[in-house]
Amino acid sequence: MEALNVILLLFIIVCAVAVAVTKNLLSAVIIFMAQGLVLSVVWILLRSPDLAITEAAVGAGISSILMFAALKKIKAIGGKEEQADEKEK
Amino acid sequence: MKKKNDAFSRLLDWLENGDQALDTEMEESLSDAFPAEQKSKRKKKAEKRKTVPKNASAPRRAYADTWWYRACAVLICLSLIGLLLFTALRLPEFGTADTLIDSELTEFYVKNTLEETGAVNIVTGIILDYRGFDTLGESHVLFIAVCTVLLMLSVRGEKNEALRLKASEYERHFEPGDDLILRSAARILTPLTLVFGLYIIFNGHLSPGGGFSGGAILGAGLILYQNAFGYEKTERFFTYKTFRWVSVCALLFYSAAKGYHFFTGANHMENGISAGAAGNILSAGLLLPLNFAVGCVVACTMYALYTMFRKGEF
Repeated sequence: MEALNVILLLFIIVCAVAVAVTKNLLSAVIIFMAQGLVLSVVWILLRSPDLAITEAAVGAGISSILMFAALKKIKAIGGKEEQADEKEK
Repeated sequence: MKKKNDAFSRLLDWLENGDQALDTEMEESLSDAFPAEQKSKRKKKAEKRKTVPKNASAPRRAYADTWWYRACAVLICLSLIGLLLFTALRLPEFGTADTLIDSELTEFYVKNTLEETGAVNIVTGIILDYRGFDTLGESHVLFIAVCTVLLMLSVRGEKNEALRLKASEYERHFEPGDDLILRSAARILTPLTLVFGLYIIFNGHLSPGGGFSGGAILGAGLILYQNAFGYEKTERFFTYKTFRWVSVCALLFYSAAKGYHFFTGANHMENGISAGAAGNILSAGLLLPLNFAVGCVVACTMYALYTMFRKGEF
């Protein structure tokens, strides 16, 4: 159990650093999502299931979806059309 | 000047030039999307843009290149980390039997919550009864957040009809629409997600969960459905009107219930709902409707935030 805790916490720290360091915004949001999921597992291990459910729904789900939507709004990520454009250039 | 294409410079562009840059870009993508509108038009536009130089104002200040900016950032981060670690070291040890034995409050909650509020899940008993006012504030914070997003991003009532249509058309065009994998997955997952969200809301006083987490799951289910089947299908049951009525009614109900509670001295409210046997779904008096109200507000808020970000209207 101790080892699992340590691994999960290390994962969270690595994720947190990676989010700050990653240049690609899309990958950063996905790493952030992974961190939220692992954090919800940690909440379960700390015996607070209420918080774990909220973290999984909000931290890993909704907030990342909103970030994706925002990235799309500023056109940082695009659909197939945009990639085709890049190739043309 | 070669236009850089990474996200930060796009964001900066957008911030500096306001909506103009975004509009022209959007127009470009739209004309890309509809080849019927001949490329010549686009070329003309591009030439026009070349001849009229974009605002030739002062050059950008390169904040990130000044060394003291980075030094300050590192310093602030380190001091914050130090402060948090220092505080964490002084917390009582986790998981030992005698950790909070000296805390009267904990003892009180553990002993009396079930009896006084009827909630088997003590956490819900605390956040909706003893600390009900905080939760009321939280719901209002969410509502204010969605109001702000509506103010900023809504294209409803936009005087410039063309702009409004353009935004809407743009989103409709780039919708996945007929993605087979997404649709098949959503067909299975959406009902499960919605039922799970409702389960968490209605079992908030019995098992872990409650209005907020259940509402977030409901919102996620709605977003999934919208993504897979598009706006037209979603508009059959969830429009701007639905959002307005549901969230305002839920907030008013919560405010009325808790306001009455607090103006009568924050004693236990005579609500006429029989307490029921602890452990049944229909128990714990007012907690169940309050949970449902919070869940409605959160679900509506989440979906509204998403659709505002995507399309600018419902």
